[in-house]
Amino acid sequence: MSKQMAIKKTSDERIFDAVVYAIAAVIIIIVLYPLLFIVSASFSDPAKVLNGEVWLLPKGVSLDAYTNILHNDKIWVGYRNTIIYTVVGTVINIIMTILAAYPLSRPDLPGRGAIMVLITLTMFLSGGLIPTYLLVKELGMVNTMWALIVPGAIATYNLIVMRTYFQSSIPWELQEAAHMDGCSNWRLLFSIILPLSKPILAVMLLFYAVGHWNSFFPALIYIRDEALHPLQLVLREILMISQSAAIEGGSVGLEDQILLSESIKFAVIIVSTLPVLIMYPFVQRHFVKGVMIGSIKG
Amino acid sequence: MKSAQEGAAALYHSQPKGRSSLLRNIAKSYDLYLMLLLPIAWYLIFHYGPLYGLQIAFKNFNPAKGILGSPWEGFGHFERFFDSYYFWRLLWNTVSINLFSLIIAFPIPIMLALLVNEIRSKSFSKWLQNITYIPHFISVVVIVGILNVFLSPNGPINMLIEAFGGTSIRFLETAGWFKTIFISSNIWQNMGWQSIIYIAALSGVNPQLYEAAKMDGASRLRRIWHVSLPGIASVVVILLILDVGHFMNVGFEKILLMQNNLNLESSDVISTFVYTTGILKGEYSYTAAIGLFNSVINLILLLMVNRFARKTSETSLW
Repeated sequence: MSKQMAIKKTSDERIFDAVVYAIAAVIIIIVLYPLLFIVSASFSDPAKVLNGEVWLLPKGVSLDAYTNILHNDKIWVGYRNTIIYTVVGTVINIIMTILAAYPLSRPDLPGRGAIMVLITLTMFLSGGLIPTYLLVKELGMVNTMWALIVPGAIATYNLIVMRTYFQSSIPWELQEAAHMDGCSNWRLLFSIILPLSKPILAVMLLFYAVGHWNSFFPALIYIRDEALHPLQLVLREILMISQSAAIEGGSVGLEDQILLSESIKFAVIIVSTLPVLIMYPFVQRHFVKGVMIGSIKG
Repeated sequence: MKSAQEGAAALYHSQPKGRSSLLRNIAKSYDLYLMLLLPIAWYLIFHYGPLYGLQIAFKNFNPAKGILGSPWEGFGHFERFFDSYYFWRLLWNTVSINLFSLIIAFPIPIMLALLVNEIRSKSFSKWLQNITYIPHFISVVVIVGILNVFLSPNGPINMLIEAFGGTSIRFLETAGWFKTIFISSNIWQNMGWQSIIYIAALSGVNPQLYEAAKMDGASRLRRIWHVSLPGIASVVVILLILDVGHFMNVGFEKILLMQNNLNLESSDVISTFVYTTGILKGEYSYTAAIGLFNSVINLILLLMVNRFARKTSETSLW
């Protein structure tokens, strides 16, 4: 009897496991298929892609799309701009976030509760798009890279994550001991706190950098000058404008133009997303820590 | 450091006792305040500045006269908005897109986390996780670009439909498809990333609880129901409240990119309207009022959900 039950149980378990793995496999396919398709399409003959001949593997392998990109100045200007915005922006983000997070992690800082309320409130109260736009305009940042960097200098969520990390992962006794030895707060921050916080710094670096790399809306409203356009705005033009031209136009003269822009779409997606995906494996193992710390109530 | 100590000493002698230790503490931490100087100034300018500027919602803002100099208008802009023919359309689209997202997309990362938790092979579960995180790092522009390619008349989806004898569908130019496409692509992009937090919470569930449930003869489904789910319930509640916290703003950039004249009927939401009418057409006061209306609704929702959660589950943001 009990043996029968045991057998039944294990077969139930097996079925359960099989279902679990089957669902997992379906999820992996759903997530990966579009990505693989883009990669394959970028290496394929554009006409074959347009005819719907490409399913999974490249058809009529060609590098035309990539060589086309090489000759597209707009993309390179966008690329250069985005690299500048990302580097400068991320450096400012990290500095500002540390400057706010460290003092606020100190239990002995008078007024820390009030400052935290001031900061946390901004997560739920905001002036909205229009007053922010008018402010940035008033400050004379329109059409400069500062409009893309300064208004977003601190992400409050990241600030809270970093503060929680400083508070929970670095023993307070260590800081007190350093104080006893006459160590100033600045030196404490640079020679003890930051070296002990590499995992969280890596995660923040990734979050902020990816944010800058992928951001398009601030540039859409603040940057008029095409020479200052970041990559995402150039991408938007390539990926979407030809689309609407196809919807509205449909005239014969456009056809060549559409084929040309269709042909570089996939390659442009790859070229613009690659830097982020290259960064990914290096920081990936810290994700759980970074995201989890932020969730701790406080 | 030395001057701080001197300052502290001076304060100590000049102030009555009691307050003096607080003042000494403040003086001792002067360099911490120095660090905070820039961030606090930034918060005041870039967060509280726009809150101050929000008064233009009740004024007729004139750039030449500035915020203070512009004449008061009262609730005129709000009345105009409520009386406009597009008011109900904007409100319905905003609410329905976010409500459907909450109902359909919110539970999926939880289910994914439960699934990951049931996978016994550590390396396979790591693979599954790392693969599902990838789309989170792709920009909105590229996501919408991929949607355009996939759903175009000669894209893979329509090829598949035709292969099964159907007729191809103009997904992106049909209002009826907009919300489905928007929400399902959001799920594709974010389910993995959003599941991290639940996976981490699940790893914190005491393994003895599972053992005990097993002893009692609970099947694995029952163990998920009675052990795993209660183990992450408080995290679920917190994330639900946070989601409601930006209920009225979700996915604004993506909606803007997916919008075209043919699907406007179901893609026109309050935030995109504020952008097109405010920034592109320059009706600052009117759209600031609409934005304020949006934020107020959102804040009320947040307060309500938080209150409800505190009463029913004893978990809440505050």
